[in-house]
Amino acid sequence: MADMFKSKAKILQLTVTLLACAFLLVPTILSVMAGLTVNYFKGISSGLTLKWVFQVWELYADSIFLSIWLALACLVVTLIIGLPAAYGLARHPGWLSRLLEEFISLPLAVPGLALALALLQLYGSMKGFRTSWTFILVGHVLYTLPFMVRSILAVLASMDLKTLEEGAASLGASPFQRFRDIVVPNAMPGILAGSLTVVTLSLGEFNLTWMLHTPYLKTLPVGLADSYASMRLEIASAYTLVFFIIIVPLLMAMQWASARAQRIAQ
Amino acid sequence: MTLSLTNTAKTFPDGTRALLPTDLKVEQGEIVSLLGPSGCGKTTLLRIIAGLETPNDGSEIWFDDDNVTSLSVERRKVGMVFQSYALFPNMSVRANIGYGLKMQKLPAKEIEARVTEVLEMCQLQEFSARSITALSGGQRQRVALARAIAPRPRLLLLDEPLSALDAALREALRDELAVLLRTFDITAIFVTHDQDEAMAIADRVAVMSGGLVVQSGTPEDLYRKPNSAFVAGFVGNAMRLEGRCEGARFYLDGGTLTLPSDGSDRDVFVRAEDVALQAGGSLEGRVETVTFLGTHYRIGLSDIMPGLLTSTYAGQNAPRVGETVRAEIKPEALMLLPKSAQSA
Repeated sequence: MADMFKSKAKILQLTVTLLACAFLLVPTILSVMAGLTVNYFKGISSGLTLKWVFQVWELYADSIFLSIWLALACLVVTLIIGLPAAYGLARHPGWLSRLLEEFISLPLAVPGLALALALLQLYGSMKGFRTSWTFILVGHVLYTLPFMVRSILAVLASMDLKTLEEGAASLGASPFQRFRDIVVPNAMPGILAGSLTVVTLSLGEFNLTWMLHTPYLKTLPVGLADSYASMRLEIASAYTLVFFIIIVPLLMAMQWASARAQRIAQ
Repeated sequence: MTLSLTNTAKTFPDGTRALLPTDLKVEQGEIVSLLGPSGCGKTTLLRIIAGLETPNDGSEIWFDDDNVTSLSVERRKVGMVFQSYALFPNMSVRANIGYGLKMQKLPAKEIEARVTEVLEMCQLQEFSARSITALSGGQRQRVALARAIAPRPRLLLLDEPLSALDAALREALRDELAVLLRTFDITAIFVTHDQDEAMAIADRVAVMSGGLVVQSGTPEDLYRKPNSAFVAGFVGNAMRLEGRCEGARFYLDGGTLTLPSDGSDRDVFVRAEDVALQAGGSLEGRVETVTFLGTHYRIGLSDIMPGLLTSTYAGQNAPRVGETVRAEIKPEALMLLPKSAQSA
């Protein structure tokens, strides 16, 4: 009897899980399929094609390249700011460091929309800057920097950095050599996890970018919204497919790297 | 190398006076231990010598004829073994040991040869390719030592090098460390709170208390001729006798002792091994505790003074609890020391 109840409970569990998956996956699969069918309204019977994917490429290749370029630039900037910042915070723990860390994390609490409006208010009148890709970059850096800092800080805070550096110093290493030989290699899991997070977030960021973009500067997600608004459904769906192909491997790598960094930080 | 410190002191920004003005001289090849309880300033003194802590103005640190007071740690050429070892987790054993040589920009071939030499000296050959995390505590300790001596420092500094190990291993490595340090033929200073460790390893022990070196001497000197109640108590656990002194006579509840000299204004100390149980002894007491310690018994006697007087007994038939026994202390075993603030 007990076994039967157990197996019944298991079947129920499985059913709920599968239904939940289906609820999330079916629209995604439908959308992807729509991008590959000749005519969505006629269904698969109208045949499969890559025509729409090629059209997406023709129409939106610029957006794809801009997004990749932005994500890489964002990565470089967050590394240049984030690594020394995390190092400084880890080396000087105290109330001031905690306050600074909270301050850096503020853009996470403020809606992207408000952040974008603030940027527009302040720099909107600076024409050259307003219409350049660096304007969007500033927004992306503001939004992604806390992820980079926190990710590196978690790994650095888990080791006795001060004593490690003193050890290196007693062996004749200058502050720069200590940073290069001890700090950076030991922070690497955090740097990797932070980098993947920053690239993924920058590629997918819509909220803030939607406000900051110009007709000549559309990123990948802004282009997606644009395609749904102004193109036929098959093209927009093919766009979703392209977006998935770019973002899903990154997401998986990010999951893996973050889990690894967390293990080290414990 | 000869190390000499004059007037060296350290006051931390919060006002804590961790080290009061101290003079210290360590001769070429000498192994000196800084011994004291936690908070006595021994680690601060070591870190000042290393260059990891900046001493107050007026302090002077000399390595032979070089005034190194304002020289940063990376230029002082000292080898340092940290309590936590501070081994670099991103490098192998070999890379850890070779790091100091790499910083000296030696040719790769020479680094290779010297690391191999040090690995052999410390019996670490088989671990050379291992990562730090794959080593046991004792192995890590040896790697830390090997890394510190590989660049041939002018001075080797060790901060509680054995305290991260468990008791059994600590004792074994203590003798090993004493032998290794003498093989290296290097001037060394090591900090410890363990008197056995200091005695076993050092040529000379500087006992520290309250930010000062209170006495410095060979282990024998400190044991036989302590200059203060603190040293007598910390090195070898001497007991203070509670009684009344009249000239060279000392009256206890359980009898009278003859002092080696006038004991007025002095505290009288004795070590347990100098309290002999013997018939016809001048003290009479009752056996309260009997503890078997393998080589001997430790006997606690009451009725001689308000607290227990501890004695050792090496014979076969130890007295039983409750028995009345007589004890004797030879005048030369009694140590007359200045009255300390606590006992006054």
